[in-house]
Amino acid sequence: MSRTLETLAPILLVAVLLGLWETACYLTGVPAYFLPAPSAVAAAMAQDWALLLASAWKTLSTALLALAFASLIACSLALIISTNRLLEKAVQPLAVALQVTPVVAIAPQVVIWAGLAHPDRAIISLAVIVAFFPIFSGALTGLKSTDPDLERLFDLYGATPWQRLLRLRIPSATPFVLEGHKVAGGLAVIGAVVAEFVAGSGGSQGLAWRILESSNRLQTAKTFAAVIVLSLMGALLHAVLQASEQAILRRFRGR
Amino acid sequence: MSQVASLSAVEVAYPGRGTVLGPFDLALTEGEIVALVGPSGCGKSTALRLLAGLEQPTAGTVTRTPERGQTAVVFQAPTLMPWADARTNVALPLELAGMAKVKARDQAQEALRAVGLENAIGSKPAQLSGGMAMRVSLARALVTRPRLLLLDEPFAALDEITRRNLADDIHRLWDQTRPAVVFVTHNVEEAAYMAQRVVVMSANPGKIAGQTTIDAPLPRPPGFRTSEVFRNAAEAVSHDLAKAMGQIQ
Repeated sequence: MSRTLETLAPILLVAVLLGLWETACYLTGVPAYFLPAPSAVAAAMAQDWALLLASAWKTLSTALLALAFASLIACSLALIISTNRLLEKAVQPLAVALQVTPVVAIAPQVVIWAGLAHPDRAIISLAVIVAFFPIFSGALTGLKSTDPDLERLFDLYGATPWQRLLRLRIPSATPFVLEGHKVAGGLAVIGAVVAEFVAGSGGSQGLAWRILESSNRLQTAKTFAAVIVLSLMGALLHAVLQASEQAILRRFRGR
Repeated sequence: MSQVASLSAVEVAYPGRGTVLGPFDLALTEGEIVALVGPSGCGKSTALRLLAGLEQPTAGTVTRTPERGQTAVVFQAPTLMPWADARTNVALPLELAGMAKVKARDQAQEALRAVGLENAIGSKPAQLSGGMAMRVSLARALVTRPRLLLLDEPFAALDEITRRNLADDIHRLWDQTRPAVVFVTHNVEEAAYMAQRVVVMSANPGKIAGQTTIDAPLPRPPGFRTSEVFRNAAEAVSHDLAKAMGQIQ
């Protein structure tokens, strides 16, 4: 199969599905509030593009801020507990509990703690909680995944714990930390959107609010338009993080 | 010649595996190259780790005169830091000992030149061939001018041509400072070529099964591999090994 055909295959599939969807809507006369035709969704996107972009930026900036906070907290905590096995044993179950607890379950309480007048604080906090685990887990695994022979070499040359941390453990952890950030990036967007839903007020004008608002008004084409922008934004963030990871690793390993 | 390190009646036992080494004796004098040959699991690498001070014996005594930083190890794999270039890798022991970065890297550059890698100073391990990476590892071991050099099957992953070249390079570099060297290998010919004394070990637990002294100059003269001395030495080691493995009485 040629490379061009391989590249075109997913685009062709989407085009065919959209065509079928458009035709089905036209032939069945299904009401637009139930299932809008792709052309109606495109029209809604064209009409509201400025508002959608502003909302997308609001959600994205929240997710990026949460990612930065999560990175700082997770890496620092991983560094601290990697130096003490007892501390690691003590913290690990709590970290796992935090990971497996659905963010929706704790969101209403976090909204109350953050103050009903400050939904942004709650949204960022919730996104941080969701993004925390993959970075923490990656950093901790990385800090403990050093080459045993390199460890022996550092023993042989009498390295201090500080030299070992800076010159061996942190560099060894880098690929794991980058992978953790890539996963956490997508989760931070999900966390921000879920938190916006739960906060459920116009106080936060992110994409989730656009979806809620249009859905409540039965403007389904606008809902679809917001969902599509959300998906594209998530995919773009993932692609940027993946490209950054690859570029850093290429530089890190020399190829 | 003064003694650099010795193992006296050492034994090493691991929980669940019993005694893997010993009682075992080995004394190393200054400037001597000793090869340890034996089947897998005979405790060659364990003996090496005892000499390096990386492991403690269950019984017996380990005596080491080199101070910290005067013992160097080359492992089976090059064991380089993949994120650091060749010069940074070689400078590591000096920097860990507190030497200023600029001075350490200058000395590392010299060490890399000595192993013929002056053009690969800025290359990272992934950009080097297996033989080149092993030379970087050797340069790192020699940069501290060790009194005791421990080589744990350094040629295991290399092709025949690279092995032969590296063997001559090790002799040439050894000749500059004449450290005591312990060379662990599975290969009889390699042991006979590299060492002045070949100690053959039997397994379960690891003990000395025989010793052969090779009376020929180091570094080896051209054509040594086809000489009678080499053939006789390889034959004697081979005989000891066959005995150690229970193939002959």
